[in-house]
Amino acid sequence: MSEKAWQRRLILALLLAPALLWLFALILLPHVQLAVLALRERVAPHVFQPSVDQFKTFFAEPLYWQVFVRTALMSIAATALTLVVAFPIAWVITKVARGRASALLFMVCLIPFWVSETVRALGWLILLRESGVLPAILVKLGLTDVPPELLYHDATILVGLVYTSLLFMVTPLVSSLESLDNSLIEAAYDLGAGGFATLRKIVIPHAAPGITAGCIVVFMLSLGNYLTPNLLGGKNSQWFTELIYTQFIVRFNWEQGAAFGFLLLGLSTAIVALGLRLSGQRFVDVMRRS
Amino acid sequence: MIASLPRPAWLRTATVLYVTAFLIFLFVPLVVVGVFAFNDANYPAPPWRGFTLDWFIGSRATGRTGLFHDPDLLGSIWTSVTVAAWVTLLSVTVGTANSFLMERYKFPGKQVLSVLMLTPLVIPGVILGISILSFSSRVAELADDVLGLDLEFLRPGLPLVVLGQFSYIATIATLMISARLKRFDITLEEAALNLGASHFAVLRTITLPYLRPALIGSAAISFLMSFENFNTTLMLVGSDSPLTVMMYGRMREGASPVLNAVSLFLMLASAGLALTLMRGSSPRAK
Repeated sequence: MSEKAWQRRLILALLLAPALLWLFALILLPHVQLAVLALRERVAPHVFQPSVDQFKTFFAEPLYWQVFVRTALMSIAATALTLVVAFPIAWVITKVARGRASALLFMVCLIPFWVSETVRALGWLILLRESGVLPAILVKLGLTDVPPELLYHDATILVGLVYTSLLFMVTPLVSSLESLDNSLIEAAYDLGAGGFATLRKIVIPHAAPGITAGCIVVFMLSLGNYLTPNLLGGKNSQWFTELIYTQFIVRFNWEQGAAFGFLLLGLSTAIVALGLRLSGQRFVDVMRRS
Repeated sequence: MIASLPRPAWLRTATVLYVTAFLIFLFVPLVVVGVFAFNDANYPAPPWRGFTLDWFIGSRATGRTGLFHDPDLLGSIWTSVTVAAWVTLLSVTVGTANSFLMERYKFPGKQVLSVLMLTPLVIPGVILGISILSFSSRVAELADDVLGLDLEFLRPGLPLVVLGQFSYIATIATLMISARLKRFDITLEEAALNLGASHFAVLRTITLPYLRPALIGSAAISFLMSFENFNTTLMLVGSDSPLTVMMYGRMREGASPVLNAVSLFLMLASAGLALTLMRGSSPRAK
């Protein structure tokens, strides 16, 4: 082999090393270890045997699977809400506002993303809690006599989740609507289609890749969120990530926590796969887009 | 705007109202956080009791410990900065190597590797945290049993936090740098090589300067994402808390306006970072 080819091989090896180290040591092997934990049981100190007990516990204990289902449903609701809230804004950015105004609006939409989620949650706490700003305004307007407690409801959690997720929906929607040729919309109108028919037959099919990408990301982020449900929902939040935290860090029952982790990962992966299947897209393309 | 479409007045009004409501929804929580950093009360809640800087500069003598006299908070900011600096360094370095690997080389298993590189983005942060926690403690156990070594850095603590955050931020850096490298005109490198430049000189004088905006952009995003990370950090943190974890703990205990002060400080820092970035490169980094 020539010297040049050797050199090229050496560089290839040097470039491969960090990638492989990263993916094996921090992604693959840790998940293998997590699987080992999830599928074993302690029979004596330092003695383990394979078992599916942790998964049996999950199904046998109503609290566990109810929280799991609840987390999934709430995340789906949050995703749908985010889409409904974000779509008109993406439409305004791409099709209504012009030039500078459009760019400015888009930039403004991205700003809260630069602020830590902790800070955003703090803002909602100050706004919504019993002694907070919004209840005080409601009392002042004479709508209620006593300040209502607006925290610790499911709706509060949804508001928080939509708020944190908006940016991840607006961005893919904007990029998919940008590529929609205006003359198609005009043509639909000229041929007599109403606003709704145009939306259903022209706009949504064209924006489908963006919608899917946004929904997948928002669903995943909601499902895996800990901070927002925990702070805005308080003791009522019952989010699945909280169960994982409790098992791992509070009770030190890693086997059970690992099993919960796999259930969450399984759900997240299943929904991603479903979303891709429904819209007929490839994972790689979706991730690049978002 | 699509000129030929009918735009009745009600639609125009509805659009303006919706955008206004949206912007209020977006900014009220942030404004409220900022405003109550200056309220002269012991609790960040209405009514407004007058302007004060106590929550920034107050010391024990005034009865209110402000941000600049709160060693725990200041310490946690420093912890976050240190962690973020390491994460940024690692992510940008590995991201650059990955970009060259994926854009310039062909090798068996490349397709698998490219999918694998994206997976960290679809794994919830909490799971990244617990998987790395359990794997590292397994490795520490093995090192102890087999070699009799006590590997302190594999116990929950800042080194693990750095690795945990790096595990998915590396993907983001890789995507950002690859996107720019993909658009690079390879004939520029060939021309330089033809003119007698060494490979290293080409890399240093042509390719890297071209990548500069992506390197700076990905460094800023990496730093920010590390600084703001909560989920993965929570699972891996030891006795030194980064800022987000420290703030979370204090928010659960009960709010004090000093948290508003530190939040305002964070917002200003992020805004500064965002503005420098926008001035430095094209507005849409991602």
